[in-house]
Amino acid sequence: MDAESLLLSLELASGSGQGLSPDRRAALLTSLMLVKRDYRFDRVLFWGRILGLVADYYIAQGLSEDQLAPRKTLYSLNCMEWSLLPPATKEMEIQTSVVRGRFMGDPSHEYEHTEPQKVNDGEKAFEEEVPIDKAVAVIPRGALFKTPFGPINVNRTFEGLSLSEAKKLSSYFHFREPVELKNKTLLEKAELDPSLDFMDSLEHDIPKGSWSVQMERGNALVVLRSLLWPGLTFYHAPRTKNYGYIYVGTGEKNLDLPFML
Amino acid sequence: MGDPPPDPEPPSQPTSSRRSSQVSERRHSRELSRPQVSPLVPEELQQIPLGPQILRGSQEAPSNQSNLRGWPQRASLTPNENLVFQAEDPYVNPGFPAEVQPQAYLSEGGLQASQNGSLMLQQVQQSEGSLFQQLESTYQGPAADLPGQFTMYQREDLPLSLGTQHGPYMRDDPTLQFSPSELGFMSFNMELPEPEPRELAVQNAKAYLLQTSINSDLSLYEHLVNLLTKILNQRPEDPLFLLESLNRTTQWEWFHPKLDTLRDDPEMQPTYEMAERQKALFSRSGSGEGEQEMEEETAESPVPNIMEKAFYFEQAGVGLSSDESFRIFMALKQLVEQQPVHTCRFWGKVLGLSRSYLVAEVEFREGEEEAEEEEVDEMTEGGEGMEAHGEEEGDEDEDKAPDIVPKPTWKPPPVIPKEDSRIGTNRYLYFVCNEPGRPWMRLPHVTPIQIVQARKIRKFFTGYLDAPVISYPPFPGNEANYLRAQIARISAATHISPLGFYQFGEEEGDEEEEGGAGRDSYEENPDFEGIPVLELVDSMANWVHHTQHILPQGRCTWVNPLQKTEEEEELGEEEEKADEGVEEVEQEVGPPLLTPLSEDAEIMHMAPWTARLSCTFSPQYSVAVVRSNLWPGAYAYASGKKFENIYIGWGHKYSPENFNPSLPAPIQHEYPSGPDTIEMSDPTVDEEQALKAAQEQALAAAEEEEEDEEEDEDEDQDD
Repeated sequence: MDAESLLLSLELASGSGQGLSPDRRAALLTSLMLVKRDYRFDRVLFWGRILGLVADYYIAQGLSEDQLAPRKTLYSLNCMEWSLLPPATKEMEIQTSVVRGRFMGDPSHEYEHTEPQKVNDGEKAFEEEVPIDKAVAVIPRGALFKTPFGPINVNRTFEGLSLSEAKKLSSYFHFREPVELKNKTLLEKAELDPSLDFMDSLEHDIPKGSWSVQMERGNALVVLRSLLWPGLTFYHAPRTKNYGYIYVGTGEKNLDLPFML
Repeated sequence: MGDPPPDPEPPSQPTSSRRSSQVSERRHSRELSRPQVSPLVPEELQQIPLGPQILRGSQEAPSNQSNLRGWPQRASLTPNENLVFQAEDPYVNPGFPAEVQPQAYLSEGGLQASQNGSLMLQQVQQSEGSLFQQLESTYQGPAADLPGQFTMYQREDLPLSLGTQHGPYMRDDPTLQFSPSELGFMSFNMELPEPEPRELAVQNAKAYLLQTSINSDLSLYEHLVNLLTKILNQRPEDPLFLLESLNRTTQWEWFHPKLDTLRDDPEMQPTYEMAERQKALFSRSGSGEGEQEMEEETAESPVPNIMEKAFYFEQAGVGLSSDESFRIFMALKQLVEQQPVHTCRFWGKVLGLSRSYLVAEVEFREGEEEAEEEEVDEMTEGGEGMEAHGEEEGDEDEDKAPDIVPKPTWKPPPVIPKEDSRIGTNRYLYFVCNEPGRPWMRLPHVTPIQIVQARKIRKFFTGYLDAPVISYPPFPGNEANYLRAQIARISAATHISPLGFYQFGEEEGDEEEEGGAGRDSYEENPDFEGIPVLELVDSMANWVHHTQHILPQGRCTWVNPLQKTEEEEELGEEEEKADEGVEEVEQEVGPPLLTPLSEDAEIMHMAPWTARLSCTFSPQYSVAVVRSNLWPGAYAYASGKKFENIYIGWGHKYSPENFNPSLPAPIQHEYPSGPDTIEMSDPTVDEEQALKAAQEQALAAAEEEEEDEEEDEDEDQDD
């Protein structure tokens, strides 16, 4: 969620039960401002909170002008001091996929597993965050548009989805480089608007039904929750510009999803 | 934002489109005006994209201006062409919408250029819209004139424009001036008045603009009309900067017109309905005596102070937003009014796929709920009676039949009776609703078998209470039962309180009678003084469970399943004797009530509870928060003398390993194998004869022995 509209966003995303306490909110508001200045980000998103056994990690992301460029991720333990997480390498990804279990909350905690290399808790935090982000960061259709020269900009005239569109999964996209777009048939592609439909839609996620769409607050808010990564909540108030997502959870994938549907 | 207004560009296209429809005329006019046209060709080619050039303030502006002025003279030059094209008028206008030819024709002989130029002149002269006045005027001068031109556009009705002297398409060149009369014959003599070429050009351009796009009924012309009207009405500052957004807005508004005030927006209907329902929550019931009601309510109300608890949970970073909490409070009040409630508590929220559940934990007043319970029991007992009768009849039938079908040896495991109300797992009643404002629905009591099965499956809730739970092992019930079972499990596992808040009753003699199963009731400790928050966070021994643990059997107090009631003994005496020796069930024991949390089992080397201070900056005011790692979503806070539990989550237990569904049971043997049920091959003839011979021999031997014996007896008798 945008750091600028943090309070409203937290209010709207509170339907999942997890949020932030007032002191954390206050700390975030100030520290994210400073982060934006220091790192020269165009936008700063508060990504969420990973619950650890001892302490929680608070994660923020910084975006540059081009919205789909790789984002820089920062973590903090107390919402005040932010440190950059190192970018992921393939080896680390493989290692963290082996390590299972909850986060400890101590960035220097090392996990042991069968492979000789040990993985740092801090690295693991990042490793978990990256796949979660790739999998479930969501954005409504029309919020970003692509200019013919390449960079992707925020659409200032985005007025929100209508109610009927808001209930359909096809109106939401993954906020990442498209993976499946090129696999679409020509017929499907003919109906797409290249300036708006340049990301993967949520409709074709596997397993089917891994998103739960609900209306809350008496139909005034549409909430998408991911069932594959429980804890991710995306909210959007139809016909308004408010949307955002937050992840509050343990950072573990729900591998039992096929049994649970 | 470098897009110039699209106005000037169309004229180039109508020229090209017109060219395609007028091949024959080209030849005619080619003959007519070839000598005049060729020097003009290169210049005219440049003139076609006049507008954009002008607007960009290019260096050719002056020359273009001179070109413009030259056009009307040009118009008079080729009357034959005009006349010729008059014949084509019927084709010109309607034909345009369909054709958009590429500009390949630009490269063809210069004649086309001049012809089209003349056509456009006709259009210009005949133009009916002030839009084209602007076209002309844009071609007239530099871009600075544009704002001035827009002011002309103040009326929605587009008046006829009078043919103006200057036009956009001509170059001022005296050599080009010819009088129409010099050119000779007119191939067609139509009755229509001779349209001047500029007017025709304007008509063509306008017709092109009026063509509707493929996707919608809106044409560019109408859209531009709307857009410019809007701009002129609203007069925003810096309209050029806002042009894009205005463009989109206008388009959107065209397709989403504001409906009249009499009709409601159909999309918003469910939202309005929901708002109406929630409004009903806020209205006070029985508005008559306001003051008396106020007193009654302040005196004693079973509805707890939800807002206070929500505040504390918010300190911990948990819970729903404050207005949602307030709505829940109002909904609980409504529940209290509708049902005979003694105590009530907001248990939490269970998330589902389509809808979520808000759960209220309620205790009825004494004697109130038994009426409903009896009805339910009667129905179930009636069902069982019917089944028993059915079995007896079946047995009789089977005895009469000559072939005795082997009876299956499988017996269903004995049904463990569920706990009564107010005891154990059924201590509280639970009501659920999907959203505050919707009616509360009561969940049925939970049976032990449901809890046992619920432990084996893992399913998401859909949000509809009557949805079936499709799983293996099959869950005995629908989603309402499954939800109730999960609520029971969560309550038993995660409802905690600070040590000392609850204490056991003073009757200590009960312990022996219950056979060591532990006490099942507690009461509040009036002397509880609260434990300092820091201590609560440090040690888990300061928290205790105040709900009973559920045994593997599915109940809180153990029941021997083999102890049959009187009815069952009568029916099943014979069977029981056979089985007595086989099963002996051990009594199941669980941790007693009010066990501290430090005794809880670990999950794979992970502590089952995490305790935190809510705010590290101000420990003296903060609240101790405990989070369960076993049931993600279960939270408890304690501060001073207050504490509360809440659950907000999906309703599943955390397991570090993956979920392994139970495998189907092994296939049962159909029947015991015996000689009478196993197929054997028939004896062959030799075997039969051998058997017969053996039998005869045996028989013969037996007769000989008898004879011998008789002889012996006779001999004995003789003696």
